[in-house]
Amino acid sequence: MAKWLNHFAAAQRPLSSTEGIPWYTVLVLAIDTSTPAVTAGLATLAGADVSVLAERVTINPRAHGELITPHVLDAAREAGVTLRQVDAIVCGVGPGPFTGLRAGMATAAALAHGLGVNAYPVCSLDAIAATAQAGEPFLAVTDARRREVYWAAYDADGNRTDGPHVQAPEPLGLSVAAGDGALLYAEKLAVRTIDPRYPTVAGLVAAARPAFDAEPAPLTPLYLRRPDATEPGARKRVMA
Amino acid sequence: MSRIIMGIESSCDETGVGLVRLHDDGTVELLADEVASSVDQHARFGGVVPEVASRAHLEAMVPTANRAFEKADLKLSDVDAIAVTAGPGLAGALLVGVSAAKAYSAALGVPLYGVNHLAGHIAVDTLQHGPLPKPCLALLVSGGHTQLLRVDDIATSITELGSTVDDAAGEAYDKVARVLGLPYPGGPPIDKAAKEGNPEAIAFPRGMTGPRDAKFDFSFSGLKTAVARWVEGAERRGEEIPVNDVAASFQEAVADVLTAKAVRAAKESGIGTLVISGGVAANSRLSGLARERCEAAGIELRVPRPRLCTDNGAMIAALGAHVVAAGVGQSSLDISANPALPVNIVSV
Ligand SMILES: [Zn+2]
Repeated sequence: MAKWLNHFAAAQRPLSSTEGIPWYTVLVLAIDTSTPAVTAGLATLAGADVSVLAERVTINPRAHGELITPHVLDAAREAGVTLRQVDAIVCGVGPGPFTGLRAGMATAAALAHGLGVNAYPVCSLDAIAATAQAGEPFLAVTDARRREVYWAAYDADGNRTDGPHVQAPEPLGLSVAAGDGALLYAEKLAVRTIDPRYPTVAGLVAAARPAFDAEPAPLTPLYLRRPDATEPGARKRVMA
Repeated sequence: MSRIIMGIESSCDETGVGLVRLHDDGTVELLADEVASSVDQHARFGGVVPEVASRAHLEAMVPTANRAFEKADLKLSDVDAIAVTAGPGLAGALLVGVSAAKAYSAALGVPLYGVNHLAGHIAVDTLQHGPLPKPCLALLVSGGHTQLLRVDDIATSITELGSTVDDAAGEAYDKVARVLGLPYPGGPPIDKAAKEGNPEAIAFPRGMTGPRDAKFDFSFSGLKTAVARWVEGAERRGEEIPVNDVAASFQEAVADVLTAKAVRAAKESGIGTLVISGGVAANSRLSGLARERCEAAGIELRVPRPRLCTDNGAMIAALGAHVVAAGVGQSSLDISANPALPVNIVSV
């Protein structure tokens, strides 16, 4: 048995509820709200093989808080599983515009607590890179708003070589890029764009797979930017 | 059979998780009330910074919940319903609590109740003083709210009689504290300084008390400006600022207007009970003056202990318990956080 299986107590549970799924398979719930896509889905992981059972995606940058939990439940229903059967949760931790990102992360953290399973953080750009088929070194780029992009660079095998960073779009030394930020700023980045546009369930689980070999890292957002807040200067006078 | 209600609060700078037991007779018992505050992180900005608060909520949510279950010696699986602040409050802050609450509801397979933060401030009093008489009046005073409410049923029927037209009372405290060189948040240091000062030293204005002003509305912006003007005048004349007298006189003006309007509302509507809650309810002069005036008018005054008055999860759990007991329908899992949720909507 692979070493990482030891981290899932639930992997030893009886077969009854997972008929047709090999016994050494773990059931993973994946969540990402780092981009305008509200994404949740279920996948099984057997060794390095990821197979997606169900995936729910809505593109709406203002509906992360409303839709993420309903998406989780809809995906479970379609996959024919209950949340109690989930062995682990994978959550995209950005980078991403703050508010929506936190909706997914608070959801993942509370689900993990409520279900008594681990939640594994994964860089959302890595999740994009995990399913990109570039065949050469490439970028994963998402929209950071305020005319900036979040980006990271990967080698031809999809290993991250630089980033994540946040900055104004400009040529970054590579000519192929995945992610919605690449589509939005293809010209400024001087790139040819490839799929996927947003993190997918398959990409999230594949990118998190190496993390399953250890205790999960804390579920901390990759904010990259500091909060907008200024300390007050000298007290303003009411009389001129 | 009694039921366990978990309450989650994240509308401003306190991450709160409370656990209560709803007994069959409708009484509500406090089991745990854990709060993680980000107030220290806001101090240098002189006010709550929404993004800083939201970040802190996400970090604190699960650890705070864990502490509440440990304190109550309960398991997550003991929970029968989840209540969460759906509004009003800071959008990004509310979103963290609402998202977590939905996830707990889904994970545990129990109903969700999105409830009103303001109603929670009133409901919390039942944890200390038992069921609320129907009707009663409630005066909510904190850094974020100043409202006079008629409560016919805490679970279903709350009407606003008046509210502040500009600053919340607590906001005025913060601003005056800054003018006097006292730390943030301003409530406790001003209260402390005021105890050493003369409340009649300076006649600061009583806002919204003219004959043509709305009877039950409040205004604290003019008072705040008057204090700043007075202090600047004294500075210009090279006088030393009598901080204690200014604090006492300012605090007297706030307490005078709040209690006068609340007692007048009680008398006019023939209501015999006044509940004062919210962070500023802990202020010694406000509760002292309210006690005097309520006694004189034959009105029962209820003020929850300070720990219950400030934002916490227990108040949301308590309100959730009353909503459950009233048989109100559960919330859908696609509810939104509503930063401007009106007080007459007790649950969404
Ligand atoms: Zn409050």
